[in-house]
Amino acid sequence: MIVNEDTKQQQVKSMSSYLAPSVRDIPPSGIRKFFDLASGSKDIITLGVGEPDFTTPWHVREACVYSLERGMTAYTSNAGMTELREAISQYLLDSFKVAYDPKDQIIVTIGGSEAIDLALRALIVPGDEVLIPEPSYVPYSPITSIGGGVPVGIETFAKDNFKLTAESLEAKITPKSKVLILCYPSNPTGATMSYEDWLPIAKVVEKHDLIVISDEIYAELTYNQKHVSFSSIPGMMDRTIMVSGFSKAFAMTGWRMGYVCAHPELIAAMLKIHQYTVMCAPVMGQVAALEALRNGMEEKDRMVESYNQRRRLIVQGFHDIGLECHEPQGAFYAFPSIGSTGLSSEEFAQRLLLEARVAAVPGTAFGSGGEGFLRCSYATSVAQLTEALDRMGNFLHKLKTES
Amino acid sequence: MKELTELKLKVLDLLNEDARRSPTLLSTLLGVDVEEVKEAIAELEADHVIVKYAAVVNWSKIEDETVTALIEVQITPERGRGFEGIAERIYLYPQVKSVYLMSGAYDLLVEVEGRNLREVANFVSEKLSTIDSVLSTKTNFILKKYKQDGIIFEDREEDNRLIVSP
Repeated sequence: MIVNEDTKQQQVKSMSSYLAPSVRDIPPSGIRKFFDLASGSKDIITLGVGEPDFTTPWHVREACVYSLERGMTAYTSNAGMTELREAISQYLLDSFKVAYDPKDQIIVTIGGSEAIDLALRALIVPGDEVLIPEPSYVPYSPITSIGGGVPVGIETFAKDNFKLTAESLEAKITPKSKVLILCYPSNPTGATMSYEDWLPIAKVVEKHDLIVISDEIYAELTYNQKHVSFSSIPGMMDRTIMVSGFSKAFAMTGWRMGYVCAHPELIAAMLKIHQYTVMCAPVMGQVAALEALRNGMEEKDRMVESYNQRRRLIVQGFHDIGLECHEPQGAFYAFPSIGSTGLSSEEFAQRLLLEARVAAVPGTAFGSGGEGFLRCSYATSVAQLTEALDRMGNFLHKLKTES
Repeated sequence: MKELTELKLKVLDLLNEDARRSPTLLSTLLGVDVEEVKEAIAELEADHVIVKYAAVVNWSKIEDETVTALIEVQITPERGRGFEGIAERIYLYPQVKSVYLMSGAYDLLVEVEGRNLREVANFVSEKLSTIDSVLSTKTNFILKKYKQDGIIFEDREEDNRLIVSP
């Protein structure tokens, strides 16, 4: 068939006019841009991944295979298998001292991402402002915009170990502020918040009647202190929507298993969206998640210990090659400053990739406050980390001799 | 049985994964002083907890392949010494790679390595079977090693993560 190029061009152009402006106007993701650049390169050591380097433990995989053999292939209830919700409830009580009723306060979701989407869609009306401490996990801002909300970044700083402070939160609040999204331990900075850190934040939240979406997907990955769930802070339970999942703690990223816990009325609203969009989370993943909770704690502890060792290695390594880096206390990311090189984050990351064959994500991909930093995941083997640090050291030396 | 400190256990775990790790690397990974690590290793060596640093070799990758047999041996224990004397007589042979005292249908499990089937067969018939206390032997040749000392030889689980992800 002969296609007239002019007509084709016209058709493509006109297509964009059909798109919802809230979607069309979202800028391309900095992560995506960097992925495109990195994916064509060879012999790369990657510090750019936001997922564990472990494969899902075999007993979890095997439980899923066995369930398939037994023919477990049907829908589950919308909110998820009863046994799984009960296990999640017990786990949260045992680990973080927060009590969510499995009957009407938990939904099993398709990853933490769906949970965040459900929460925002259930809460936001156009024009509502959503407060997001930055640098932040990439999707918070675009999902807010898609829902018609207005993302409002709150910059956090290396001098505060990238913790959110009550003053900076208060400074960004307007009469339109409705939701605060928290992500601690933090992707991309590795920052954590203690009980004492949370108390003044909780006061501001209460004073301004905010709802909090607390993304606690990295809750198991803390190193010198136990994770403190925001809902465990006095008075915060009812105004907190807790989001978590199995991806990071149990090395189950590809399974897309998450959950959301909240006040029954909020859960009922989120369940409406969940049931009309996805019906229920895949049963195979739910079976696997249940096995992970029932029998996976030892393996999880082993993986966390391994991340902790590599965390020490990468932080020490950055110091040795002359990059300033605050000590991350959670997740599996280090966020070193590359400001001393005089290069922008993007330029540094691009040259590091092309000249030293190390992939790390420019801090600017995570919003304001990310300029001058680099996100480096240490969910990579000791041998690879050592090699990456060597290459980065040589690269920095080369930069110095250039100038 | 000697109880080990947490540091020593962690050092053992890390060396068990990769024996080439230096005390400096271990001290960084564990967040302790390098001298403490050196001391722990020295004590583990002195106490024969660390017996040797060896490579786990997949010999099947080499053309000049060896033959390994696991031999079940039934023996009559000696008065006063039980199985110890016989076990020693067996494990001193250089072609014997390991010897275990077993519960169950036989007494000793002896791992023997040879350049070919004949060499192993000769060892069994001429050396092992002729020991007075040996009542019977049953030789099982290893056809293929899938996993040894916790290491999977043909690991198909590759790192298939994207180069960059959120």
